[in-house]
Amino acid sequence: MAFQHMIESERCKGCGLCVEFCPKKVLEITKIVNAKGHFPAYQARPEDCIHCTMCCIICPDVAIQIKEIKEETAD
Amino acid sequence: MGKAFSRPESLSQTMTHYCPGCTHGIVHRLVAETIDELGIAGRTVGIAPVGCAVLAYNYFNLDFQEAAHGRAPAMATGIKRVRPDLIVFTYQGDGDLASIGMGEIIHAANRGEKFTTIFINNAIYGMTGGQMAPTTMPGQRATTAPTGRDTDATGMPIRMANLLGELVTPAYVTRQAVLKPQQINKAKKAIKKAFEYQVEGRCFSFVEVVSTCPTNWGLTPLDSLKWAQDNLIPYYELGDYKTPDED
Amino acid sequence: MAKVLMKGNEAIGEAAIRAGCKNYFAYPITPQSEVAEYLVKRLPEEGGVFVQGESEVAVGYMIFGAAGCGERVMTTSSSPGVSLMSEAISYIAAAQCPAVFVNIVRGGPGLGGILPSQGDYFQATKGGGHGDYRLLVMAPDGVQEAVEMTMKAFTLAEKYRNPVMILGDGLIGQMMEPCEFPDDLKTEATNKDDWATNGMDYRKSDKRNLVKSLFLDPTELNNNNLILKAKYDKMRKEEVRYEEYNTQTDYQVLIVSYGTMSRVCRTSIDLLKKDGIEVAMLRPQTLFPFPEEAIYNAATKENCKSVISIEMSMGQMVEDVERSVKGQREVEFYGECGGDIPSPEKIIEIIKGLL
Repeated sequence: MAFQHMIESERCKGCGLCVEFCPKKVLEITKIVNAKGHFPAYQARPEDCIHCTMCCIICPDVAIQIKEIKEETAD
Repeated sequence: MGKAFSRPESLSQTMTHYCPGCTHGIVHRLVAETIDELGIAGRTVGIAPVGCAVLAYNYFNLDFQEAAHGRAPAMATGIKRVRPDLIVFTYQGDGDLASIGMGEIIHAANRGEKFTTIFINNAIYGMTGGQMAPTTMPGQRATTAPTGRDTDATGMPIRMANLLGELVTPAYVTRQAVLKPQQINKAKKAIKKAFEYQVEGRCFSFVEVVSTCPTNWGLTPLDSLKWAQDNLIPYYELGDYKTPDED
Repeated sequence: MAKVLMKGNEAIGEAAIRAGCKNYFAYPITPQSEVAEYLVKRLPEEGGVFVQGESEVAVGYMIFGAAGCGERVMTTSSSPGVSLMSEAISYIAAAQCPAVFVNIVRGGPGLGGILPSQGDYFQATKGGGHGDYRLLVMAPDGVQEAVEMTMKAFTLAEKYRNPVMILGDGLIGQMMEPCEFPDDLKTEATNKDDWATNGMDYRKSDKRNLVKSLFLDPTELNNNNLILKAKYDKMRKEEVRYEEYNTQTDYQVLIVSYGTMSRVCRTSIDLLKKDGIEVAMLRPQTLFPFPEEAIYNAATKENCKSVISIEMSMGQMVEDVERSVKGQREVEFYGECGGDIPSPEKIIEIIKGLL
């Protein structure tokens, strides 16, 4: 079972709480401004993400989702 | 390893107007998740206050009414009495509930009205730009307490959960916080318990949630969480102040 | 239909039930607490809801909540209490919810007195609360009319999705008169699924409803006000009600008076007629919409020399009478408002002063 982490960069207001609470320090604030003038968070080190949902829980805008994705090849 | 996480259906797609880092958004999620998990969206009516959360009616896929300042508990009484099959909740800030609406919340609780109140305590008036609220801390600055709250002139902050916990009529009264993930998950359980008491038709339920207001505290979102933990939690002690099971 | 001798306050309570309203929220205040004392017994018999609120402020919003989820609902109060409900009335009008408010008027301002008065005319007809809203206001002159107007109020509130007010007074509330409850005045509640927060499952819809009065966008707020205004204009066209008395004669003076005061004027007119003096009266039954045209027509009859507004107040309706007469005649005023009602003889003396 694999998971896919996703931040809605247009919904995120760049408050930075997820960056702080991520136990693996995966997240950072981007330099690319979004439509609302915020600088959203993004996965700087996605490979370190353990999909623990800490970022989802603390996010005040519910901008982060973790989707379950089926393995294509059952290797 | 890991788990999925998605937006609750009862939470609308509308982007909120709340300031970056404002914890209103977290509590909205907890309420929406609860309503999804209990499968009651089709018969739930929310009541928005006057304050930052007035626009909560845009953020839930639910029937909503928008109350006058402080009057949500009276509107909830009106709905719940004529349509007891509906699940009714009010979502109110501290200016709305603990100041102008104090009469309404105390009497609704004391009558044992079978609805649920979510009370956001961030120790300040948000929407109107940072005035002192009944919950503002001693010495805490606000636009109407520019040198810090002078308790000789304005009294001490009001602890709503403690106050309502003193009423004799059976109720579920608890104070939670959303300043860190563990508190948020505990707050979710409390909110769900509150709605379950209502679904069972058991009693009035009240969840006070210690929250932040980065903009009007003049702090970053992260520092706001720390400031609240260090300054609000000691005074607004968390925990259940009343449960119907005791009686 | 057998008539029954009933106190006005109780008859108003029974009228609500007969009109299909089973939900009553109220707060005690003299001279109308008997409505609550009557309904607390009667409503449970009908499976209805009775709640005594902690204040008239709270009661106003219990009414708003209940009306907002599509149920028929009523409250009764008296002058100071209605002042406290005025904010809620403004919200209910803005959010377009049907609701019935009964004001058994007592002397004011301030704590005033507990005797009958007509001192709330402005509050009822010119908006006691904030913003551009109006109330459909009906003023009964006795227990039977109070019953009929209360029953009609629920139909009218739903027709216009607007609060409706019955403007009685302490005398009408406290006196007993034989009355009946005409079945044909009861109407079935309208379907409210397209706006009420009555539950998506209840109306088998996945579109949620929103009852609110906040319109931060100026265009939206203006549009909401235009919607309300269109309703008030429709009321002006369709809901004006008044009664004419002795207007078939060559009357020299036209009295404009309503409610309890108009009954005294009626006696004065009869007594003056015996002396060969013809006086007529136009009695507004709806205070909003006000019978402007009817008053203009009656006032401008050739034989009619002057118009007088006689009220239990310091002069409020007189302003609407002047507006209606458009300067075609002198408009006089006589009023008392301590709670003692002017006697027929007093009115005769005032009228003779005009001849």
